[in-house]
Amino acid sequence: MENRSFIQSFVGRPEFGPLVLLIVELVVFWTINPDFLSPQNISNILAFTVELGLIALAMTLLMTSGEFDLSVGSLFGFSPVLMWTLFNGGVTSLGMGFAIALVVAALIGLVNGWFVTRLKIPSFLVTLGMLLVVRGTALFVTDGFPQRTWSAEGSWLAEVLVGDFYIGPFRIYASLFWFIGAAIVLGYVLTQSRTGNWIQAAGGNPNAARARGVNVSRVKAGLFVLSAVMASLAGVISSLRTSAANPNSGTGYELEVIAMVVIGGTALTGGRGTIIGTVLGILILRVMRNGIVLIGVPGLAYNIFIGAIILGMMALHSWLERRHQAGT
Amino acid sequence: MAEPLIRMTNIRKSYGRVQALVDANFHVNEREIVGLLGDNGAGKSTLIKVLSGAVPLTSGDIFVRGRKVNFRSTSDAIAEGIETIYQDSALVTQLSIARNLFLGREPIRPPRFLNRMDQQAMNTVARDLLKQVGISKNIPPTTPIGSLSGGERQAVAIARAMHFDSDLIILDEPTNNLGVAETQGVLSFVRSARDSGHSCIFIAHNIHHVFQVVDRIVVMRRGKVVADDIDPKKTTVAEVERIITGMSDKEIREAIAEGSRPHG
Repeated sequence: MENRSFIQSFVGRPEFGPLVLLIVELVVFWTINPDFLSPQNISNILAFTVELGLIALAMTLLMTSGEFDLSVGSLFGFSPVLMWTLFNGGVTSLGMGFAIALVVAALIGLVNGWFVTRLKIPSFLVTLGMLLVVRGTALFVTDGFPQRTWSAEGSWLAEVLVGDFYIGPFRIYASLFWFIGAAIVLGYVLTQSRTGNWIQAAGGNPNAARARGVNVSRVKAGLFVLSAVMASLAGVISSLRTSAANPNSGTGYELEVIAMVVIGGTALTGGRGTIIGTVLGILILRVMRNGIVLIGVPGLAYNIFIGAIILGMMALHSWLERRHQAGT
Repeated sequence: MAEPLIRMTNIRKSYGRVQALVDANFHVNEREIVGLLGDNGAGKSTLIKVLSGAVPLTSGDIFVRGRKVNFRSTSDAIAEGIETIYQDSALVTQLSIARNLFLGREPIRPPRFLNRMDQQAMNTVARDLLKQVGISKNIPPTTPIGSLSGGERQAVAIARAMHFDSDLIILDEPTNNLGVAETQGVLSFVRSARDSGHSCIFIAHNIHHVFQVVDRIVVMRRGKVVADDIDPKKTTVAEVERIITGMSDKEIREAIAEGSRPHG
């Protein structure tokens, strides 16, 4: 295997399939509608992509450890609502409200982790329950109405998280750099650090990991906290950028995020995960959503394509996996 | 006689009303390979789980080199130099050989706060170890465990126990599902483990495999150790089988006495 040529090992990587798909997408959309690659459209795609992407990055690590989190979409809606309610009520400054929202998210993640690791309840049920609790709280606190958000303009928090500027014709938000930073840090954690080895072992064979003295419960609980905090951060970023805090926002994001992660090549059952793949998966779905509208397919048909992509990529990954197992 | 490496006295373990171990006494000396035999449900696995820290004991004492120990988890047992190799369950198939070898004890490259594994060192050590345990094929240490054969996996697990200087390596059914050549491989690892100063507990259903490597055979029945000093060189397989299947204590004593008489 060490003598395999560079091309062969490149093709054999789990990220290869998603990369090809992304390139095909870009070429097809661009051929049909050249405006697709216009600076304005690219800026548009990137703005929202990185917000979902932040959640997907954390979800990659969590899924590698063999768990997943359905409550991220509700946290995406709840955290900005909490921040704005505290700020508008004059209870705290905006920065303090943001900090409180992150801490509350971390506690929610910890509760998720506690239920999953201590009470041994499957993460599907735990986080489904948490989804309802968090979403319900957001609706109850706000009576279902969006929060006032106009006073964010010019605050340091808005500048740091979503301050925008132009690079040539491209409008770039600061959130893009948060996303890139998170991708680099989490990619490093997963592949280079010893924590990464534990995350993979926790998902691949938790009993073996435990027998080697790895604290599987702590690893998983930590990742639930990470996923909740990232979802909260993404929600606040989105809220500041669009100047809206709707208790209903983020509905259904959990499934889109999980789809991004599995399309990228991370195993739903755990043990194997790739941040590069997730970045590709994020781009594939967001580019698809944008491109479909641009080339004139009705936006409502979007889910058909997403579903087809998920099924196709799953088939490809399972085929690659089998070939890989048999080939060595 | 010198204090044994491991001594377990009056071990009791009950699951609810079921008594899995009833006053079991067991010891392993330094540089000794002990074969642990018994029918299904005799208490072998429970005894091993207690010794490896996987389940807490109800009452009784465990001594390591004469010092009383209290195992609350498998990591406690590993810290005392007791390494258990379970059939199949000991490795993470998705991870590479090197990452499995060092799982839980990965070397860190300075500076420490970056928490970065020294993958180069891991691969170098792994390559040497694979040669030591007799995997002659040129398998790169970055190969995932999932692509290895059953015997190669056992070899990796044994290599890990040897590398981390475990005093006692517990092998639970190490030859199950293995081919003839692979079985011989595992048996020869066990012998070489003893030669390099490790003790072993060898559990197998196949009595013939046990006879090939062990220094002493211990038999359990119904949660008790019923014979703990059977010399495989002076006893036949049939005699041991009779002890395993169970007879009165008198018959057992006779069988052992018969066994220790020189064969004509």
